[in-house]
Amino acid sequence: MKARIKFRKYGVLRFIGHLDVMRYFQKVMRRADIPIAFTGGYSPHMIMSFASPLGIGLTSDGEYFDIELAAPVNSSDAVRRMNEAGVEGIEVLSFRRISDEKKMTGMTILAAADYLITLRDDCPETAELPDFSRFAAFMGQQEIRIVKQTKRSEREVDIRPLIYDWEVRPDGVFLKLAAGSSENVKPDLVMEAFCRYLDIPADLSHFRWHRLEMYADMGKDGERSLVTLEDLGEDIQ
Amino acid sequence: MRKLALTDEILLNIEKPARYIGGEVNSVQKDKNKVDIRFAMCFPDTYEIGMSHLGIQILYDMFNRRDDVWCERVYSPWTDMDKVMREKQIPLFALESQEPVRSFDFLGITIQFEMCYTNILQILDLSGIPLHAKDRTDEDPFVIGGGPCAYNPEPLAEFFDLFYIGEGETVYDELFDSYKEWKRSGEPRVRFLERAAQIEGIYVPAFYDAEYKEDGTLLSFTPNNPHAPKKVRKQAVMNVTDAPYPMKPVAPFIKATQDRVVLEIQRGCIRGCRFCQAGMIYRPTRERNVERLKEYARTMLINTGHEEISLSSLSSSDYSDLKELVNFLIDEFKDKGINISLPSLRIDAFSLDVMSKVQDIRKSSLTFAPEAGSQRMRNVINKGLTEEDIINGAGQAFEGGWSKVKLYFMLGLPTETEEDMREIARLSDRVARRYYEIPKEQRNGKCQITASSSFFVPKPFTPFQWASMYPSEEYMRRAHIVRDEFQAQLNRKSLKYNWHDERGTVLEGVMARGDRNVGKVIEEAYRLGCLFDSWTETFRYDLWMKAFENTGVDIAFYNLRERERDELFPWDFIDIGVSRSFLLKEWDRAMAAEVTPNCRMQCSGCGAASFGGGVCYEGKN
Repeated sequence: MKARIKFRKYGVLRFIGHLDVMRYFQKVMRRADIPIAFTGGYSPHMIMSFASPLGIGLTSDGEYFDIELAAPVNSSDAVRRMNEAGVEGIEVLSFRRISDEKKMTGMTILAAADYLITLRDDCPETAELPDFSRFAAFMGQQEIRIVKQTKRSEREVDIRPLIYDWEVRPDGVFLKLAAGSSENVKPDLVMEAFCRYLDIPADLSHFRWHRLEMYADMGKDGERSLVTLEDLGEDIQ
Repeated sequence: MRKLALTDEILLNIEKPARYIGGEVNSVQKDKNKVDIRFAMCFPDTYEIGMSHLGIQILYDMFNRRDDVWCERVYSPWTDMDKVMREKQIPLFALESQEPVRSFDFLGITIQFEMCYTNILQILDLSGIPLHAKDRTDEDPFVIGGGPCAYNPEPLAEFFDLFYIGEGETVYDELFDSYKEWKRSGEPRVRFLERAAQIEGIYVPAFYDAEYKEDGTLLSFTPNNPHAPKKVRKQAVMNVTDAPYPMKPVAPFIKATQDRVVLEIQRGCIRGCRFCQAGMIYRPTRERNVERLKEYARTMLINTGHEEISLSSLSSSDYSDLKELVNFLIDEFKDKGINISLPSLRIDAFSLDVMSKVQDIRKSSLTFAPEAGSQRMRNVINKGLTEEDIINGAGQAFEGGWSKVKLYFMLGLPTETEEDMREIARLSDRVARRYYEIPKEQRNGKCQITASSSFFVPKPFTPFQWASMYPSEEYMRRAHIVRDEFQAQLNRKSLKYNWHDERGTVLEGVMARGDRNVGKVIEEAYRLGCLFDSWTETFRYDLWMKAFENTGVDIAFYNLRERERDELFPWDFIDIGVSRSFLLKEWDRAMAAEVTPNCRMQCSGCGAASFGGGVCYEGKN
């Protein structure tokens, strides 16, 4: 049986990187006595896969990982036990059964993610900060070309079509961005392009990055229909 | 939500920000207004090293059990953070509260190895605490040192208000109660030190005067305060089974060097190797009850979520109930994906059997510590391991499927001859030959014998405390002799030889047996920029040499000089239970290459039985 766990990461735990979050949850599994399944072999490890790593410095309300269970466990019990075994800075929000199909893991089906990007309140006074009221004009462009660095090459791509939705909020901007293995754009690329559009230096340390949610695309025939990863699971009674 | 001492901008631009944020699983938060004593417990090295240390976990837990004490942790900021803190004038803070260390009542520093001494000064300096105890005021915490290097605290005497000599479990409660009384009394700082000096095991350096002879050796070492005892008695907890042990050790977010549950099965060692300080200062041997250990293993694994458990002791094979404990760990935890790590096991049929159960034979290697290549040299150091033991042990291992062996040696031991050095290579080759005695079709390709040598540094309170060392070039020369001899061996393609950097050895020697004059070299080295001296990437031998030059402190006096049999040593005011006459007798036996039986075979009357314990004592009572 497979289960999907949704958690939020906040406060000082934004300084804990992805690999350490994985290690953290491996230990939580033991402390909370969650009946997680192991791989075979000489050094068995827990069957656990994260939908999308969250970088150091980011906070999130919608992080996901999937696990294989060796025995069923009640959803609300599991959430409670994991939080009791946890620390301030990570809160488990849900624990749901998902389809056993291999192609349905969070990592495979991830299609989009929401972000909220705001300005930090401790930016130096001399800093040139972006004016979010001009974001609409920025998005009004036909295309937004950026240079995308990969391990082997760099190429120019148009990220405009990968920004699925956006909204200017009181102190920043909300973005719904393509995510996952086929199309992917990170919020820092968008903000870099925005700063360039405003003709100001793109100092990314002025922003607070917060991931809100992650989605799968359940649409058919090229029609996009985003469903949160959480909604693809159901509570275990 | 907890507030951090450092801004995002700083934390996002340094290596491993998790080193500085605290908040780990099982870390302790308290209301600072509801405690009387705030204690900052420091391991003066990186977070990852410090978090791996059992002693701090024990004291952290023990102190925090008291409602009136809040013990927090402090580690050395790595060089990148050190730079930022100096530039921005950010005072060093404790992880839990993120508040400046200077506002604490105590700063406790565990001193585990000599090469951390400049880091101690960094901790004081970044905290804004005067480096010299005599310059501290009511605004400063009391700086207290402990750990193995506190058995010769003299090089650090100026920098500490007090030292705790021995195991922390015994008199800290008394010290804290006495501190509270002093605090209520409103008396000056020195009055607390006077109270502390009367507690057994506490050494207040300012209360003693050291006088030197013309040749630089110690003439006398006497108390200058009526409250200070002539001798300071080491502390040892005699009932280790009922001593406090942390059931909820702090489990870090980032990977610590030792990221696992540690079961300390015993203290002390029956072996009596003559180079080994731990083997003398932790006498008498005391075992923890096996049933208690089983209970601890279960509880600690659940409370931490660690996926590995390890035994800790100086010589696990000597623990009486080892079989029972190891079989329990395997039966109970092996199927739950818990790794079982069994260090310091003697290689025999039993250990090979359990190791084949807990590790992948093809990938893992077996470790032997012959310490010396020739039998003569092993007799000198009293390492009761014969060549037959090694070859037979390796042979059994090879037949059981292992093909990798690690061998640990020391170079530069007292009386060492060129023949002794060459025997290191030859012994390694004989181990390899044993492997190739196995028919080709039954063995698993080539074997891999890795020999490593470190250079011997004489330590206080060992029979070798009288031994002289060598100049830096001589260590190099000896390593080259061994290396060349490896080249001449039949199985040289299966052999690998590594040796440790010789430059640290000389410094370690000066610090280990130094007196109060060495303090100024440490301070000068720190002033010149030395920090993290045990890390190859930061070790600055050139600056250290400059510090010796600038202060006029002579390395040869500490390292090369012959010490007289009756010389008064800087550490002689400490009473470790083991008598000086026993150490001297052992030194003489070493010179005659005579072996002394281990404590279980026969009591040699070392004096540690005065603590009312140990295998010799238990035998008689």
